[in-house]
Amino acid sequence: MARIFMKGCEAIAESAVRAGCRFFAGYPITPQNEIPEYLSRRMPEVGGVFVQGESEIASVSMVYGAASAGCRSMTSSSSPGIALKSEGVSYCASARVPMVYANISRGGPGVGSIQPAQMDYLQATKASGNGGFEMMVFAPASVQEAADMTYKAFDYADRDRNPVLILCDGVIGTLMEPVELPEMKTSEEVAAIKNSKKPWSCIGHGSDYATRAWIQPGQWSTVTQQQENEKAAALYESWRKNDARAEEYLTEDAEVVITAYGISARVSKTVVDILRARGKKIGLIRPITVHPFPVQSFERLDYSRVKAVLDVEMAIPALMAQDVEKAVGDRAPIHTCLCSGGNIMKKERVLAAAEKLFELVK
Amino acid sequence: MEKIYSRTKGLRADVVGGFCPGCMHSTVMKLIGEVLEEMNLFERAACVLGIGCCGLHMDYMSFDNITSPHGRACAVATGIKRSSPDSLVFTYQGDGDFAAIGLGESMSAANRGENISVIFVNNGIYGMTGGQMAPTTLMGMRASTAPAGRTAKEHGYPMHMCEILNQLTAPAYIERTSCNTPQNTLKTKKAIAKAFQNQLEGKGFSMVEIVTSCPTNWGMDALGALEYINEKMLAEFPLGVIRDAREG
Repeated sequence: MARIFMKGCEAIAESAVRAGCRFFAGYPITPQNEIPEYLSRRMPEVGGVFVQGESEIASVSMVYGAASAGCRSMTSSSSPGIALKSEGVSYCASARVPMVYANISRGGPGVGSIQPAQMDYLQATKASGNGGFEMMVFAPASVQEAADMTYKAFDYADRDRNPVLILCDGVIGTLMEPVELPEMKTSEEVAAIKNSKKPWSCIGHGSDYATRAWIQPGQWSTVTQQQENEKAAALYESWRKNDARAEEYLTEDAEVVITAYGISARVSKTVVDILRARGKKIGLIRPITVHPFPVQSFERLDYSRVKAVLDVEMAIPALMAQDVEKAVGDRAPIHTCLCSGGNIMKKERVLAAAEKLFELVK
Repeated sequence: MEKIYSRTKGLRADVVGGFCPGCMHSTVMKLIGEVLEEMNLFERAACVLGIGCCGLHMDYMSFDNITSPHGRACAVATGIKRSSPDSLVFTYQGDGDFAAIGLGESMSAANRGENISVIFVNNGIYGMTGGQMAPTTLMGMRASTAPAGRTAKEHGYPMHMCEILNQLTAPAYIERTSCNTPQNTLKTKKAIAKAFQNQLEGKGFSMVEIVTSCPTNWGMDALGALEYINEKMLAEFPLGVIRDAREG
């Protein structure tokens, strides 16, 4: 498979099509417009559907409908628009309807800035809507990873009958890089996913109450509502054991460990390489799933060596740092290197912060 | 002896609906069930239920259904219909759902000419939440959030969704009916059948607005509520075909 030069947003869109996504609804917002624009051209080529919704809320509701009909479905937006989608995402989570959505995140709160930021971490990982549901949240650090994660996200969504979020900062979304796209599913494979594996799809099953499809985003009975919550909680717990992913880079002998995700991690990795070349024992933990949070990677650190952890985020106040604090506990001090407002993390700042830590722990 | 009438298969045989005395929700869903049965459509029917008393149907009806977020029924129906075009997709929504919180979704689906059918049940009030003012509440009518009655100065005027949608080019069929008399109930059934037939023929957006009652929240008995429909509701919401593209 040849590598081609592609923008992050377009790679996400093409990967979705290759994964068998045949329904997309979205609403314009910067910096993710390339996703709906690309799919408005691409979907008709594969017999799929593109709808420009009248709002973020309508778009995610359309996706809730299409996904309930068994179709691999997707929406995307950026931070303020993602907030609006929380209603539909919560319905999908409650009714156990699989769908994928991408947040090409920008500055916040409010309308914020249209430039890249990582201000939506807590919303993405803790409460993407009402009702205490959880989702697997992937954080790509390259266009290649954005493509691969989007492709896999549909499998995870179907496996769990749950929404999956691609939390992609505006840098990765708008960056152009060479990418090897995942394999295109055949139309037979796409049809099989829709028709044979989803007997619960709401498309018409006759008039027998026992065998009809019933997409229920809530329960009249407090008993069954609690049962649904308990089933969901067991699913979320299984992710923490089995599905947390992180890149651990040169952490075995590290005295300073940087932790960062998305574009911040990419900048941080460069800093690790620079300092390693100078003989400094520094490493990086890059959460690939920001939810479930890869606690195991922090458990594997040798705290007899680790003198400090540096949390690097394009968010003020620091957000992922809350999870890092929980994972590290009192085993090492946690410092931060932060920027926000649409400013992209500079390698010079991370380098200075890391060097300062080596001075402090000397 | 020949059996000439039986309960529609669209309603569960083993459950008695829990709607209030005099409520017309059960009548309307019975009509829908009869139409689906007569048109042999249960194998293709997907009902998108709105929030509120509409949602109570989920456990009384016997065929595929999905509960939409409040007001989003037309968007959810858009998603199902576009991705599963062979399904017969219809929404079942109240006035708060269709005309207040869902106004954007309703207007936009109609404007796109989505090939779906809308059953819009208008009783001029929020039922399940306890009688709050709706966009269709009549002038002077008391509601739990308009204790002195609806006034033009504070609340504006009742919204006429059929007439509003009739400003759009795309909709195929718009009719307002009621279930206040046996004749009107039969007309409602015919209108529902027409809305479904339009969808089968790919004609696009069809809506049947059904003027009904809410005796509990109107503070009336069932007969009083019927009189109120005759005297007040139908004066504000006149019955008839507002648009039928087939008639040009």
